[in-house]
Amino acid sequence: MALPTYASPLERLWYYVYRAICALIFLFLIAPILIVIPLSFNAEPYFTFTEKMLSFDPTGYSTRWYDLLLTFGMGKPDAVRDAAWWSDVWQNAAWVNAAKNSVIIGFFSTLLATFLGTLAALGLSRPEMPFRRVIMAILISPMIVPIIITATGLFFFYSATGLANTYLGIIMAHATLGIPFVIITVTATLVGFDKTLNQAAASLGANPTTTFFKITMPLILPGVISGALFAFVTSFDEVVVVLFVAAYDQQTIPRQMWNGIREQISPAILSVATILVIVSIALLTTVELLRRRSERLRGISPG
Amino acid sequence: MSDASHDSVQSGPLTTADGKPLKAALASAQAHRTRRAFYLVAPLLFFVVITFLMPIGQLLTKSVNNPAFYSWQDRDTGEKIPLMVDLRAWFDAHPAGTGPDEAAYAALVTGLVHAKEVKAQGQIGTRINYEVSGSRSLFTKTARKADKLEPPYKEAVLDVDKDWDDPKLWNSMRNASKAFTIDFYLSALDRTRDDSGNIIKADEERAVYILLFERTLVMSALITFITFLLGFPIAHLLATLPLRHSNLLMIFVLLPFWTSLLVRTTSWIVLLQSQGVVNDIWVSVGLISDENRLQMIYNQAGTIIAMTHILLPFMVLPLYSVMRPIDPSYVRAARSLGATSWTAFRRIYMPQTIPGIGAGGLLVFILAVGYYITPALVGGSTGQLISNLIAFHMQNSLNWSLAAALASLLLFAVLLLYWLYDRLIGIDNLKLG
Repeated sequence: MALPTYASPLERLWYYVYRAICALIFLFLIAPILIVIPLSFNAEPYFTFTEKMLSFDPTGYSTRWYDLLLTFGMGKPDAVRDAAWWSDVWQNAAWVNAAKNSVIIGFFSTLLATFLGTLAALGLSRPEMPFRRVIMAILISPMIVPIIITATGLFFFYSATGLANTYLGIIMAHATLGIPFVIITVTATLVGFDKTLNQAAASLGANPTTTFFKITMPLILPGVISGALFAFVTSFDEVVVVLFVAAYDQQTIPRQMWNGIREQISPAILSVATILVIVSIALLTTVELLRRRSERLRGISPG
Repeated sequence: MSDASHDSVQSGPLTTADGKPLKAALASAQAHRTRRAFYLVAPLLFFVVITFLMPIGQLLTKSVNNPAFYSWQDRDTGEKIPLMVDLRAWFDAHPAGTGPDEAAYAALVTGLVHAKEVKAQGQIGTRINYEVSGSRSLFTKTARKADKLEPPYKEAVLDVDKDWDDPKLWNSMRNASKAFTIDFYLSALDRTRDDSGNIIKADEERAVYILLFERTLVMSALITFITFLLGFPIAHLLATLPLRHSNLLMIFVLLPFWTSLLVRTTSWIVLLQSQGVVNDIWVSVGLISDENRLQMIYNQAGTIIAMTHILLPFMVLPLYSVMRPIDPSYVRAARSLGATSWTAFRRIYMPQTIPGIGAGGLLVFILAVGYYITPALVGGSTGQLISNLIAFHMQNSLNWSLAAALASLLLFAVLLLYWLYDRLIGIDNLKLG
């Protein structure tokens, strides 16, 4: 949108004002996410930049809040940092345990959501699928229905069926919440899928199984992986269902953060936040690379 | 597709090689394909029915059925024991509005003695306490003394506490003994029943729910509007820049989208609190004095700012996907025909973006109406939405049926919007990044 040569002075002025406005909106979007990174290295227990930090005095910065993530909840946090200390961290540190739980729940719910979701997306993208619209609406609805309603319903249902306070219950619930993302991304990949490729494989003597694994799968794989990452992030960031159906000792990272924010917010939360921001940057990069790969595979030029 | 027919003379309908009529063979092949497609979807459908639809069904049941007054489930055996049997029989025999007589009090005492044996008096009292406050202690106190009470029961019970005379209490017990009740929906809509069972408006100080539904809708609409104001310019910029640049700028939209909700909420707490970064900046540039730091968090303003930030990507992405394919030559044509840049934008460009505005606006509104986490953390007392009240009744007041009724009302509203979204935009067109 270069400025045309026939633009009047007023239009020229607006052109730059408009860009400035957009820059401010981009700042509004990104600043809150980036601000936690320097603040997490604050040497003082404050949530703002101290004089020392602003003058880049090294004593104004420290990694004490990251250290706290390891030592909080440990048996002997002040012992010498040898192998026994690290094993204490692995066994007892509250944040480490929360991370373990989050990863376990996230991994299995992603696996479940991706497998079931991809299968369903393959069915839904076939033109002969009956009741396509209704079924699609049902399968996407966990994303639309407010999480508090889902959590309340699951609380009643799990209490009645004995799934409350179990890992299986949380994994199933998180898989349900991740499924819409898998379906959306995989269906989007299948929309541009050239069906003649399957027919070509069949005409060359491949049976449906071979066709699927050799032709269809490699082409839709980027979409499947993106969907899986979405499902994982959904589970990794989910707190309300965990609050409603999990047992007290089933802490996850978001639940631990939730408690931290509600009770006594400390800069340790900011160090967790920083780690999570870095994780999301990594995930975003992966998804973006996958999208480009998918476009290249399907012969759509990125322009 | 079959081999040519071997019969030299073909009469009657066309058949396949094995002699089946072609029409039937095609139909059966089609049915086979339909079944195959359905079998692919079936496992997920089954899974979602169990983990999603059945819980929602249970929620709806809970909102119209609360058996706490007439049924006790043993914690160890899971056995269901009926409670207050005689009193329920008395209610059935006497129409609403009948004052309680000696038989009714006798039935009440029998019921309380039995309830105390199975330790259910607290549950019964809690149930009636939903409607008549103070009755939980009334039930536990009376149940404690029930087995020592002598006839005439009416006087004996009134001796324990004269509050038992209250017609409201009896009315509430009558309602609670029914298997199916819409009373929780009445409460959720700030309605109650008078002494003879007619539906009336609740007292001023108890009428909070309609106010909160209204606040939720107004705040959601406001947030949707702000995301539109902020989202439109940047979506337009992204859509008109060359892809190389816009892909780079898109990171600004996608990174918040991928970042944990709790991280973003935490950031806003850090930024907006009175000793936070934003206030520090205002003070250092002299906009406000150190004593008058602005309260921007733990109130309505905090909820609106944080939710706008969190929902903005949901506005930008649909807008962008509609704006990108708009051909710039239309606007150029309008300019060449004498339109000013404003007219060309308003009359030519803007109308083409309406599908995107509809999609983004509806999506943001749907998500905002049910928002829970952000208002709970930054909303203080004035920034709470209806979801937070549902959570309050689930976790603090433990009036689960009222929570279920409120949740059902919210669910109907959201499903209506979802249906609208599907009709206007189509769920297939939902895009993520």
